[in-house]
Amino acid sequence: MTDFKNGQELLEVCKKTQCSISEVMKQREIEGTSSTKKEVEDKMRKALAIMKEAVRKPLEDPKPSMSGLIGGEAKQITGYRENGKNVCGTFMNKLIAYSMAVLEVNASMGVIVAAPTAGSSGVVPGVLLALQEEKGFTDEQMVDALFHTAAIGYLMMRNASVAGAEAGCQAEVGAASAMAAAAVTELMGGTPQMCLQAAAMAISNLLGLVCDPVAGLVEVPCQSRNAVGAVNAVTCAEITLSGVVYPIPFDEMVDAMYKVGKSIPFELRETAIGGCAGTPTGCGMRCRI
Amino acid sequence: MNFISAFEVIGPNMVGPSSSHTAGAVSIGKMARKLFKEKVTEVTFTLYGSFARTYKGHGTDRALLGGVLGFETDDLRIRDAFSWAEKMGVKYQYIADKEFVPDHPNTVDIRMTGENGTKMQVQGQSIGGGKIKITQINGINVEFTGEYSTLVVKQIDKPGVVTHITQCLSNQNVNIAFMRLFREGKGKTAYSVVESDERIPDEILEEIRQNPYVQEILLIQI
Repeated sequence: MTDFKNGQELLEVCKKTQCSISEVMKQREIEGTSSTKKEVEDKMRKALAIMKEAVRKPLEDPKPSMSGLIGGEAKQITGYRENGKNVCGTFMNKLIAYSMAVLEVNASMGVIVAAPTAGSSGVVPGVLLALQEEKGFTDEQMVDALFHTAAIGYLMMRNASVAGAEAGCQAEVGAASAMAAAAVTELMGGTPQMCLQAAAMAISNLLGLVCDPVAGLVEVPCQSRNAVGAVNAVTCAEITLSGVVYPIPFDEMVDAMYKVGKSIPFELRETAIGGCAGTPTGCGMRCRI
Repeated sequence: MNFISAFEVIGPNMVGPSSSHTAGAVSIGKMARKLFKEKVTEVTFTLYGSFARTYKGHGTDRALLGGVLGFETDDLRIRDAFSWAEKMGVKYQYIADKEFVPDHPNTVDIRMTGENGTKMQVQGQSIGGGKIKITQINGINVEFTGEYSTLVVKQIDKPGVVTHITQCLSNQNVNIAFMRLFREGKGKTAYSVVESDERIPDEILEEIRQNPYVQEILLIQI
């Protein structure tokens, strides 16, 4: 059966089969779940459709979150761009707005795709959908890109953790950012090896990020951290695609992330005690909800 | 190690905001509904641990109720579960027990009453990423996930009942992935829980029922 348990093995399978990471992951899914190619692609198309809707909705009809802490940010950021004087340019502004939009949908009990978690659900769609508009990629290419992100996320899930309660935000937004960085690298013509380099760099840039949600809710600072995860992803893809090599292998970075995660104190692992949640303002917000 | 699917990474498709506090809660509610054979008319949720403290902000209350009403994790009706419950004639209430310290921080007790007055208690835990475990049925500790086809047999703790069940499974050519026995006490009520990778044929129910010590059988198909 097509399978791999770490980045090194993934690269070997890619080399042996002359396939991309997304193709290898799709094949693994077909064989591992006894499904047809069409079945797994249809399932991923459904995920893509939900992601598109979650990016679009808050730009047209923003809704406040259940607690009222967030809501309307994506539309506001888009409006700032449309005034023509924004700092980041069109592509970066879209990355930021789209990834934050998904978190608005999530916090208002709309439908999202956990990627790999609900708290980090904005990074992958934010990056992929902004890039699709920028470069004109087809939906089929987006479906393949999602299989690619799944390969990276699977390795992090298997060899480390993607739970904030276990390993901090680096394991959620950090993992999502690595997934997106690798997928962008493949979409833009990078080799499987380059994809893993971009992912490794993405992990290193967010290493140690704590999980400290205000009032225990997936809103502040989760929403803007998704934007940072998205921007980090394209930054790492850009650096890698230019030919600059990140020297530490992906597998070693995954191990490092897990070890760092284990040493993050309890107060900073989704307990809503320390970090942003523990600031006087954070505590005040908790009391007001 | 279990196979990790691409859709466990890119998924579940779910109503937000939290895979453990929302999607997992829907799944526990849904399992409770599947385990209870009657139409639910009244339901009480007792929330423990983290569920008891943060259930409102995460919509855990709506999610649990939505699950009991039969909604999937990505069904937008979960947001309006309270009004759907009224429309569907289901009374509901929540008790937040902040004193009791459960084994797992995300634990809930679901007590259902059916249209014929039957009562049932199901306890579940949301163990992360939307995954769940059922840990109690009518006060008896059990353990299964609902990720496999699951056969739950309520029986009297007497010799030969388990042999009878495995014989029936063998007759129907069912391969057992996991099987466990849980009991209240010697000679009292017991539950056999069998999990299988494949669908368990419905015909097996009639065959298992032949044993006089078998009281009730529940079959949850994947």
